[in-house]
This record gives sequence, C-alpha cells and structure tokens, in this order.
Amino acid sequence: MPDQRTNFIARLDWLTIILFLVMVVFGWMNIFASTYDPEGAGSLFDFTQRYSKQFYYILTALFLAIVVLTIDSKFWSFFSYPIYVLMLLVIPLTLLIGREVNGARAWIFIGSFSLQPAEFVKFAAALALAKFISRFNFQILKFRTLAIIGIMIGLPMGLILLQNDTGTALVFLAFILVLFREGLWWEVLAIGGLAVLLFVLTLLVPLPVLLPVISVIALGITWLYQRNLKFFFTGAGILGGLFVLAWLTGRYIGKEFSLTYLFFIASVIAFFISLLIILRKKHQPLLLILFTWIGALIFIFSVDFVFHEILGDHQQSRINQILGLESDLLGKGYNLNQSKIAIGSGGFFGKGFMQGTQTRYNFVPEQSTDFIFCTIGEEWGFIGSLIVVGLFSGLIIRLIILAERQRSVFSRVYGYGVVSILFFHFAINIGMTIGLVPVIGIPLPFFSSGGSSLWGFTVLLFILLRLDTDRYEVVS
Amino acid sequence: MRNQNQSRKYVIGGMVLLVSVIYLFRLFYIQVIDQSYKLSSNNNSRLRQVEFAARGMIFDRYGKVLVFNEAVFDLLVLPQQVKNFDTLDLCGMLKVDPAELRESLKKAREYSRYRQSPVVRNVSPEQIAALQEKLYKFPGFSIQTRTQRKYPEPIAPHVLGYVGEVNASDMTDNPYYQMGDYIGKSGLESEYEEILRGRKGIHFMLVDVHNRVQGNFDNGRYDTIPEPGRKLTTTIDAGLQQYGEQLLAHKRGSIVAIEPATGEILALISSPGYDPNELVGRVRGQNFERLMNDSLNPLFNRATMSRYSPGSIFKIIQALIALQLGVLDEFYSVDCNKGIIGCHNHPNAHGLREGIRYSCNPYFYTVFRRIILQGKSTSNFRDSEMGLSTWTPMAKNFGLGQVLPVDIPGVKPGLIPDVAYYDKIYGKGRWAFSTIYSNSIGQGEVETVPIQIANLAAIIANRGHYFVPHFIKAIEGIDTIPRKYTRQIGTGIDSRYFDIIADGMAEVVYEPGGTGSRARVPGVVVCGKTGTVQNSQGEDHSGFFAFAPKERPRIAIVAYVENSGAGGTWAAIIASLMIEKYMNGSVTQLDKEKTILEYQQY
Ligand SMILES: [Zn+2]
Repeated sequence: MPDQRTNFIARLDWLTIILFLVMVVFGWMNIFASTYDPEGAGSLFDFTQRYSKQFYYILTALFLAIVVLTIDSKFWSFFSYPIYVLMLLVIPLTLLIGREVNGARAWIFIGSFSLQPAEFVKFAAALALAKFISRFNFQILKFRTLAIIGIMIGLPMGLILLQNDTGTALVFLAFILVLFREGLWWEVLAIGGLAVLLFVLTLLVPLPVLLPVISVIALGITWLYQRNLKFFFTGAGILGGLFVLAWLTGRYIGKEFSLTYLFFIASVIAFFISLLIILRKKHQPLLLILFTWIGALIFIFSVDFVFHEILGDHQQSRINQILGLESDLLGKGYNLNQSKIAIGSGGFFGKGFMQGTQTRYNFVPEQSTDFIFCTIGEEWGFIGSLIVVGLFSGLIIRLIILAERQRSVFSRVYGYGVVSILFFHFAINIGMTIGLVPVIGIPLPFFSSGGSSLWGFTVLLFILLRLDTDRYEVVS
Repeated sequence: MRNQNQSRKYVIGGMVLLVSVIYLFRLFYIQVIDQSYKLSSNNNSRLRQVEFAARGMIFDRYGKVLVFNEAVFDLLVLPQQVKNFDTLDLCGMLKVDPAELRESLKKAREYSRYRQSPVVRNVSPEQIAALQEKLYKFPGFSIQTRTQRKYPEPIAPHVLGYVGEVNASDMTDNPYYQMGDYIGKSGLESEYEEILRGRKGIHFMLVDVHNRVQGNFDNGRYDTIPEPGRKLTTTIDAGLQQYGEQLLAHKRGSIVAIEPATGEILALISSPGYDPNELVGRVRGQNFERLMNDSLNPLFNRATMSRYSPGSIFKIIQALIALQLGVLDEFYSVDCNKGIIGCHNHPNAHGLREGIRYSCNPYFYTVFRRIILQGKSTSNFRDSEMGLSTWTPMAKNFGLGQVLPVDIPGVKPGLIPDVAYYDKIYGKGRWAFSTIYSNSIGQGEVETVPIQIANLAAIIANRGHYFVPHFIKAIEGIDTIPRKYTRQIGTGIDSRYFDIIADGMAEVVYEPGGTGSRARVPGVVVCGKTGTVQNSQGEDHSGFFAFAPKERPRIAIVAYVENSGAGGTWAAIIASLMIEKYMNGSVTQLDKEKTILEYQQY
C-alpha cells in the first residue's frame, strides 16, 4: 500500500457524504410534505404510505453505501464488464416479466415491492466505460474506439427505449461529457450544442428569418477559424448577395412561390458555383462557410420535416408546450402549467413546511416523484430553490474535483461518469419543472421518492467515494 | 498517465455553473418577480369549476340531424367539504338507493379529496329544482349542467357509436380527461372524439383554507370558456340507412352501400342492431349489459367485422388478375366437366362473360390454375410458390387482406394467404396448386369482410380504382377531410378488363341462366354477382354484390343475409330494393319488399 499515512475514514471525502445526507433528508421532508394525508390511516413507519416507504428506502440506501465502501476498489475495476453485462441482461427480463407503469414496461414486481432495473444500468455503464477508456494505449480519436464506445452506450439506451422509458434512455447521452473530458473533438460538443439551439430556433422562428441568422453564425465560425478579413467579407458578400437575389425573386414571382424554397434553390446553386471556384483556386475558408451554411440548412429542413412528418401528435405537442407555441392548459400542457404555478406561488420565502396548497391538494401530478421540485419551490420558495440548485452544483463541482485528483484513469473516467449522470438528471429534471426543457420523466437524484432510483444513485456515488479513498493508487 | 485534456474540467465545471445560474435566474423570475403565478398572500388556493362543452352534432349527407344534445343535470361532490348530512333526505329527493350513494361517495373520495366528482348522474329538472332550495343543507355538493346525446331516429348505431364515462386508462393516456368526463367509445364518436368533444371551460375560483369560494381567481385571467365541439357531416343517407335497417329487421346480416366516385359510405347496416338512445343516460349500464349478453350479438358490427369466405364473388378477382397477367382472354372457354370441382347444371361457358354469368366453378378453377402454374419452374411445388407470390399482392391491391382505413374503429382485415402462410401450415415446398385450389372459387383460406366486398363493387364500378370508404363528408370550420379519403388508389389492372367484367355482371342479372335476375331494378341497368358463403355451423349465408347503373355508376353495394341458404335470393332482392330506393327515392317493387319484410329469422 503506497499510502499508509491516513486511515480509511480520514481518506473518505466527508464533504460529499454530508452533501448526500443533506439532500436525502431534505428530499424525504418534501416527500413527507407532499404525500402526508392527515386522514390517511397508519403511523409513520407502517410501509403503507409513500413517505414511510421512502424512510425504509433511505435506510436501505445507507446500508448499501456502507457495503459499497467496504468492497475493495479493485473489485469494481475487475468486475466492471461482468457487472455491465449482467445489468444489460436484466433489462430484457422486464420486457418479459415486467409490468407496465405509466406506459413504460420498466418495472419488475416482487410481491408488492417494485424494482426498476434501468436505474442500476447507469453505474454499470459508467464502470464499463471507465474500464474501456483506461485500457493501455487507448486512443479516443480512432474510428474503432468510437464505434465500441458507441455500442457500449447505445446498447443500454436501445434496450431501455424498448421498455418505452425514453427519459432514462436519454440519460446515457450525458456520457458525451466523459468523452469530451477524455479528448473527443470539442467540435462534437459544440455541434451538439448548436444542434439543440438550431432545433429550438427552427420551431420557434420562421424559416425566412432563421436563414440569415444561420448565415451569421456560419460567418462567425469562419471568423474563428480564419481571422482573415478578406475571406470574411467575400463570404459575407456572397451570402448577402444571395439574400438580395432571393428577396428580389420573391417580390417578382409572388407569394405562391415560397420564400423558403427559393432560399433552398439559391443555396444549391451557390453551392455548385462556389465549389467550382474553390476547386480551382483553393479557397478553403469559403468552403467552410459554405459547408456550415449548407449543413445548417439541411439540418433546419430535416428538423422541420421530422417535426411535422415523423413525430407523433403527442411528441409534437410536448415540444410545442415547452416552446410556448401551444397552451393547452387542460390537456397536454396541464403538468407543466400546474408545476409552474406551484413553484411560482412559492414566492421568496415559500409557504412553509406542509403549507403548500398546490402540491398538497393534488394539483400537481407525480408530486413526490418526478415533480418533487414543485413541493420544494412552493413550500420553501426561492430560498429552497437556491438551496437545492446550490446543493447540486456544489456536489457536481466537488465530484469534478474528486475525479480530477484521481491518479488512475479508471477512477477519473468513472468520476466523470458520475458527474455526467448527476448533471443530466439535475438539468433536465429541474429544467422541466420550470418549463425550460421538455417534460422528460426522470427523477431528481436523492430527492424523488422511489427505491430504485435512490439506490441506483447511492451506489453510483459511493463507488466513486470508495475509489477516491485509493486515489493515490493506480486502479486499473 | 494520460491527462492532457485537464483544462477541459473548466469547460465542464463552467457548464454546470452556467446551467445553475440560468435556472436560478428563471426561478427568481417566476417565484419573485412574475406575480402571475402568485395566489393571494394568505395561502389561498384555487378551485377549478369545469364547464362542459356541448358535443358536436352529427348530420347525414343532406343535413338531416342524426345526433343532437339535450341538457341533463349531475350532482357533484367535493369530498373534502362534505360534513355530516341527512343521507335519506338527499336520496329521497333524488330517488336513489342510499347504498348506491354511499358507494359513489367512496369512489369520489378515493379519486381525490380535493377535486369534484359526480355522484348522481342525470337528475331530472324537477328533482333539481327541489334540490336547489335545500342545497345549503348539503355542504360539498353542487349541481352541474351537462349535455347528453339524443338520437331523433334510432338508426345507424354501429356507425355513430356511443359515448361513455372515461375510465382509468383514458385519464392516464390524456390528462385532458378527468373523473366524470365523457369520451367517444366506439364508431364515429370515438374516431372523431377530439373534433366532437370541443374543449371544456374552466373557472378558477379563489378559495380559503376551508375551501370557501372567495371570488374569481385573478379576475378570471386563467379562465377558459368552453368551446363547443364541431359539427360533423357524414356521408350517410339517413333515408337509405333507415330503409336498409327496415329490410334487415329480424334477420342476421349486413348491408354496405358506397358512392363509387368518392368512396362515401351511403349506408352501413348491421343487423341485429339496437336503438342508440338505449346507451345514453342512467339506463345505459343495464342496457349495455343486456346487449353484451344477447346471443344475437347486436353490438357486433357485422359489416366491418364478420369474416366470410367471399364465395363466387371472388371469381371476379381471379378473372381480373388472369386478364392482367395475360394468362386469360375474354374468349377463353371451358367445358363444365365437374371433374375436379363440382358445379351446378348449366350450358358450357363460351368466353369469360358467360363464365361469370353461369358462375361456373371449373371455369375459374382453370383460370386460377393458369395464374398459379405458369410453368416457370419444372417443380410443381416451386411453380406454385412462384405463382402464388405473383397472385397475393395483386389480390391485396383490391383492398383485401388488410384493414381498410375506414373512419370507424374495429375494421377487420380478412385474409389473403401468401407463400409464408402456406409454408407455416404445410412446410416449405410441401404444398402446391392442388392444396390451394379452392381459393379459385373463394372457398379456401381467403376471407373478406362485407365492407371490402362493397369496395370491390366500387372498384368495378370505377373500372379499376377506389377511394377508401369513409363516413366523413365535412367538419365544421375545417376545409378538407383527411387526405387518405381523397386519394385515388389504383389496383394495377387495366380498366379495359373491367369492362368485360361489367358485361359479365350485367349478364348475371339480365341474361338467361344468370344467377342474379332478382336484382333487377326497373329503369336501371344493374351489374351484380351472387356469392354463397359456405357455413359449417349451419345454413349457408346468402351474399350479393352489385353496382348500378352500368355506365356512370352511382351506387356500389353488398348485402349479406346469414343462414338464409345458397344462392342470391335474399341478398339480391335486398340489393335491388336498396338500389331502387337510392336511385329513385322510392320503391315500386312492392312484392319484393313484402317478401323481404315477411322473412323473419328471429
Ligand atoms: Zn359449371
């Protein structure tokens, strides 16, 4: 053992453990507040009420945490692949013997007790990814490597999608942060972010307005790469000319001939002309503007197409809700509207513990699971929101620090796996309750009621804490 | 140790902080700055009062009302507000059983203590008047006005469908629906639910902690007024529909009539039916149970769900496919030798028209044989396989073996067997033409539902194309009907071949030896064909399909009478009467009408 200076207890990261305990306890208080029925039968610990069940889940989670801490670090590294495979095998099982809850066949019932195996796939996938990336002479920028990583992440995603549990499946996209940290081209992250931005803009802004915006972005990117005024102005000139041309043609031909298609045709012509110039004179910057512009254009048209032709009514309207294009306050917008009213009615100081009328009177659906943040927002006000957002950003930043101080690649990558998963859950869950991201049903870690998710997150976190106690060793 | 991208930790950390900051800004905005989410300062909350929208009315093609609404009253309860009250007094006023009331109160409490649920449905206006005066004695109870369906004529129950209270899965599927709401459960009511239902209105009331109403919430800023459902104009001809139901009374069977040029369904009758008024209001529950348990199965829509062997009608399809493939010409003749397949006594068929006129089994056995065994392989098994794989898609092009996307739920696909189907039964390469030849005369594995046969009549009437049969003619406030009903669908068979078929079908009705002479209509040239459905359970079903007039057809029709024996007798007469009724508005063949009306199966 290279490190004999301190004992195990001292090497544990107590700051993380305290944050974890605060979140679990605060979470339970809110579950209690949102599900306690003064006239409901039973005492605090009789296992019939949500809050009493949750109490036992928390005890079990603490027990699991201790178990995880007593297991040797090498176990997780050594058995990461078998654990991953085992967890993958459990998911198809739910398709066979599972039961459908809220449209997703993601639950296994053992008596009155239910388990959602997908919650445990997250840490398994993080372990397997860490194991793979920590291989000797691992190179991320190779097609083969990326393909294997794609399969490792895609397999659980696909299986969970088959269960019809879209929310949980999307969580696996968060691993892109891990890959970014391990050296994936930064452009992938940038293009991903841009794609999300474009997606939202396409649905919000009419195409004729959007196209110039895209052009400006394309020019901006070109400027970043090639700080050459001449090329910049040439590109701007070409694009500007195209718009003038399109505008003039639009005026003469009239309304029947859609401006959008005009842009499309103009850009195709421009593409071939420019390609010709570029091939003859090698103007790479122009090529870049052109490809960015054309790429964005194709993307916009395909978003438009997918949105209107491929997505079902249900998905369309979910997206429209978020973008504020549709306000069906009784129908599909019900959850979101009620959730915002509950949080918004909290004010600065909140209505006080167990005083939230919106959440307690069943106005908000699923108020103890995916929408637990509503109870917090209503009863604890902005102060509560500040505490919760602070706790999460504090925990995640702390975990980044933990991950970075690992000597072994395995531990670091796993650490970033934990960071990515918690960040995704935090961002999506709170974002959906305040109407900033679509309503995707995933729990708020350590807060939402439910055993599987609490245990899954606890195991996820405490494996990292265990690895961290051996941070001076190289685990692989 | 590879750690060259260490600086990227700042990017990731930055993203976390950025999201946190954006969220905090947003939270600060909706919690502190934006007052629209605030309720009043002293912990008040809102009470939702739902105002139902009147469901859209339904009309026939000429604007005659098929379905309208009448006002009814419900007694609602908000469980949280209920204090001790005189149960017997309330029950006495409303004439309900105390046990029943207690049961529905329990149900309401289980649904939600803080939301209103109906406890007594369809209270009469007199009872409401009496209750209104004493309502103060019953805290937590209130009265709600609602509309319910009413049918001026008791016709077309299977087409219109019925409306019922939402169940648990309706409420989880779509949060629009809440306990006590109504939803279309079948027929057009279900298919066009979102158009017909409109949108309920909601008043948000401010209430204090004891749930006493304090006034409008935020001056009614969030209130919505109910939007009535849209009117629906159907393609149904109410007169024809009613006449058809009259003809089929006391018989088991079905009729479907279509306008060939548009695919509009003029009438769709399934007998026995029921009076749609029976499935409305308080009597609905017991009537539904009675209809469910009725051995004649009146809730079952025979016109879209009864799978029959098409019988001789299918010979038409065989002829068309053979003509298109070039393995048959209109002058082809077959001796009726009854060697392999039986037949009735008739002169030998000279040419295809006579083959159809006499409905000669050996003729179409030979036709099908020529389609299946084209000699493309020396192996009989392989040749059959190749032949069938050519035949299956061509037969399916007639809208068979697939669900016609008609706008009422529950339409059955029937069956057009393919190679995989027989491989599954007999094993690959272990069946040949000799195994499947009964399909030549529509008696093998092929199965069709009546509406597909009506559509087939429309295809021949149109000489080779069709529009998916549909009931929707117009929706109030919307210019078009769904695109799938205005799209012309081809069969891949040349229209000239259909002229030969039309000739043959006219001979069936008008030439000596034809099997459909009873289908004649004064002053109109009817083209038709009989089809007996063999029935192992009892007497055969009689079937007849037809279109008229021969040129510029206006109606395509099929009629089935179950267990009425071989031949086109009953079905052909019904088709004849329906065609006359539609073409001329009235019926002159009173002897035929009398015969049909006197024929009673139950
Ligand atoms: Zn014969």
